[in-house]
Amino acid sequence: MSTEFKRREVKKVRVPVPEQDPHVRIRNFNEVALGYSLEQAIEEASRCIQCHVKVAPCIRDCPVLVNVPGFIRKMLEGDMKGALEVIMETNSLPGITGRVCPQEEQCEMNCIMGKLGDKINIGKLERFVADYAREHGIRPEVKISPPTGKRVAVVGSGPAGLTVAADLRKMGHEVVIFEALHEPGGVLVYGIPEFRLPKEIVRYEVEFLKSMGVRIYTDVVIGKTLSLYDLLEEFDAVFLGTGAGTPNFLNVPGVNCLGIYSANEFLTRINLMKAYLFPEYDTPVKRGRRLAVIGGGNTAMDAARSGLRIGYEEVYILYRRTKEFMTARIEEVAHAEEEGVKFMFLVNPVAFKCDENGWVKAVTLIRNELGEPDETGRRRPVPIPGSEFDLEVDAVVIAIGQRPNRILYQEVPELEVTRQGTIVVDERYRTTLKGVFAGGDAIRGEATVVLAMGDGKKAALSIDEYLRTGEWPERITPMKIAATE
Amino acid sequence: MFEIIAKQELAPNIKWIKVKAPLVARNAKPGQFVVIRLHERGERIPLTLFRWDKDEGTIELVFQEVGKTTYELGTYEVGDAIADVVGPLGRPTHIENFGTAVVVSGGVGAPIGYSITKALKEAGNYVISIIGFRNKQLVILEDEFREVSDELLITTDDGSYVRKGFTTDVLSELLESGRKVDYVFTVGPVIMMKKVADITRKYGIRTYASLNPIMVDGTGMCGACRVTVGGQVVFACVAGPDFDAHQVDFDELMKRLAMYREEEKLALEGFLQVGVVRG
Repeated sequence: MSTEFKRREVKKVRVPVPEQDPHVRIRNFNEVALGYSLEQAIEEASRCIQCHVKVAPCIRDCPVLVNVPGFIRKMLEGDMKGALEVIMETNSLPGITGRVCPQEEQCEMNCIMGKLGDKINIGKLERFVADYAREHGIRPEVKISPPTGKRVAVVGSGPAGLTVAADLRKMGHEVVIFEALHEPGGVLVYGIPEFRLPKEIVRYEVEFLKSMGVRIYTDVVIGKTLSLYDLLEEFDAVFLGTGAGTPNFLNVPGVNCLGIYSANEFLTRINLMKAYLFPEYDTPVKRGRRLAVIGGGNTAMDAARSGLRIGYEEVYILYRRTKEFMTARIEEVAHAEEEGVKFMFLVNPVAFKCDENGWVKAVTLIRNELGEPDETGRRRPVPIPGSEFDLEVDAVVIAIGQRPNRILYQEVPELEVTRQGTIVVDERYRTTLKGVFAGGDAIRGEATVVLAMGDGKKAALSIDEYLRTGEWPERITPMKIAATE
Repeated sequence: MFEIIAKQELAPNIKWIKVKAPLVARNAKPGQFVVIRLHERGERIPLTLFRWDKDEGTIELVFQEVGKTTYELGTYEVGDAIADVVGPLGRPTHIENFGTAVVVSGGVGAPIGYSITKALKEAGNYVISIIGFRNKQLVILEDEFREVSDELLITTDDGSYVRKGFTTDVLSELLESGRKVDYVFTVGPVIMMKKVADITRKYGIRTYASLNPIMVDGTGMCGACRVTVGGQVVFACVAGPDFDAHQVDFDELMKRLAMYREEEKLALEGFLQVGVVRG
C-alpha cells in the first residue's frame, strides 16, 4: 500500500460495492452489501479531492460531524488505526453508521465530487474502516478524562443512548445504561434486520463502549422496574433515549385478525428472537405464501425483505402515494425490487377479512389519486369512491410509523410531553424536569439512527455543562424539531 | 441471570419456583407480571407474579407445563438460572374496599387469584374465593387461599374433590341466592372469564378480568398482546392486564391465543423427543 498521498487524475465513477446475488440472498440473512476489499476501498478513497476541513460539505452535513477528508487521508496513508481514530473522535459507532446512515441525504449530499462525477461513497468507506479494524484487532486509543465523580443514568441503549454514554464517559463521568430488552442496541437489534446490520457489529461496538467503562444493565424497564425518580435519587443527571417504540395500527375493521403484525413485532420476532431459525430458536413467526406490507418507509422495506427470507413467495408493499414519495432510502427500495418485492402504489387498506378461525385472508384496498399538497408538501392521497378490491394474503405487516413509548413517563407529571407523546426539550436537550435530558426518537417521533446520535452528542455537551455548573432554567423554551419521516 | 432458589411440584405439570430478582421484588404489586426468557435461544413469555419478598429479593412464580418453554422451565432445578426476568410489568390491579368481593379463578389462574384475594382482604373487603380445577389432583394453593379468604368455595370439573362443576355454576348460585356482591375479579381460562362476565353483567356487578394474551416485549412495543376492549384496540401489556370484563372481546382473545398452536406443538414435540436441552 502506498504510504504517501499522491494526487492523481480523479476517477469520476464510484467503485461499485460487491453485493450478494439477489437470488441467493433472499434465501439467507447474511449481509447484502459485502463491503469493499482493501484495494477497492483505497481506490474509492483516492477519488476524494480532500476539501479543506473548514469547508468540506461532508463534515458540515453529518449530524455527528465526522471528519471525512481526515479519515480518508489516513486511509490513503495506509494508517487504518489512524483513520478509525479520526472517525471515533466524533462517532463511537462507525460500523453501525457506515451501514445504516442515509448518506445520500447527509455526508454525500453536497460532496464536491458530485460536480465532476459520482459523489464519494463515504458510507462504505466508513464501514470499511470499522470492519477492517474489527477484523484485524485494531483498537483505537480513546482518551478518557479523569473521573469527575458525577454519575449519569442513560435510559435506552439505542443510537442516542449509546452515543451520549460514550461521549459522557470520555468526559470522565460515570455512566450507567438501562435497557428494557435483554440485549443492548434498541432499534439496532430489534428493528434493523441482520442482512442490513449484522448483530455482531452492534455487539462489537457495544462491547467497546463497555471496555471504556460504560456499564449496561439489561432487563430493566424504567417506569416499571425502577422509576425515573429512583434514578434521580441515584444519579446526578438522566438522559432519556427511549425511542419511538409504540406501533401505530390502522383503525380499520379486522385489524386484530390473526397474522396481522406491527412491523415492530414482525421484525422483533425475526431479528431479536431469530424466528427465522425456529424451531432451533423458540420464537415462531407466521409463514405462508403471500405477505402484504403496508407503508413506504425503511421499516416497510425491512419487513418485506425479511418476509421473503422467511419463505413468503410473494411479498407486496402497499403504499398510499406514488413511488417518488416513499420515505425509504433509494438503496433499500432498489434492493427490495431486485429481490422481487412487488410494489402497489396509490392504494389504502380499508378493511381486513378473516377466515372462520380468525386468520387474515384478504386485505381490502381502495385506490387513491393524488390531490393537493398537504402540510408535508406531498400531494395528498384521495380515495376514489367505489374502487375497492381485495388482495388475498396469508399475513400482513403494518409499517405505518410509531409513536414514543409512554411507559417511562406515565407517572411523571413534571415531564412535559406533546400530544404525539414526544418529550419536550429545549435547544440544550433539557426536559421540564431538572437534571433530565432527552434525545433521539423520544423527542422526534421517528427519525434516523444518525439524527438520534447527533442528539446524543449535543445532549452530552449539555449534560456535561449541567454537571459542572448545576445551572437549570426555571422554564425551558421548547426546541422546534423539524418534522421528519 | 436470575437464580432459582427453591422449587416444588404443586400438582402434575404445575410447578412453583422462587427466583432471585431483587429489583422485581422491590416494586412488585398484585396483578403484575414478568416476562422471562430461559436462555439464548428461548422465547419471551409472560408469567404472573404469585408472591414476592422485598427483603429476601425474591419472587415466586407458578406455571403449568403446556408448551415448550414451560416444560423446559420445569426441568430447571434449584441452582439453575433463568437468563432474563423483566418486570414487574403491567398495571397493578386496582384494589380498594369495595365491600363484598368475589374472586373467581381457575386452574393456573389460581396463583394470581390468590394474590388479588390477599390484597382485597388486606384492603378490608369481605372476600369470597371461588377456585376451580379439572380434578382433585390439580387442586393447588388450597391452604393459601383459605388463609386470605372469608369463604372458600372449590369446584372440580369431574367432581373428584369437593363439588362437581364449574366456578361459574357456584358464582351463579351465589348471586341467585341474593347475596349482595360489590365486586368480582376473575382470572383463568378465557372461556371461564367470559362466562363470569356474562353472569355478572346481568346483575350489574363491577367485574375485572386479568387477561393473558401472547406477548413478546411486554412494554408496549410490539402490539402482539392487543385486545379489543369497549370497541377500542389496546395493548394488554401496558394498558392491562386487567380490564373491565364486561367490555372485553373474549372471543377474539381466544382466537389470538391459538395463533401459534401448530408451532407450539412442533416445538414441544421436538423438545420432548430430544429431552433436556440447555441453551
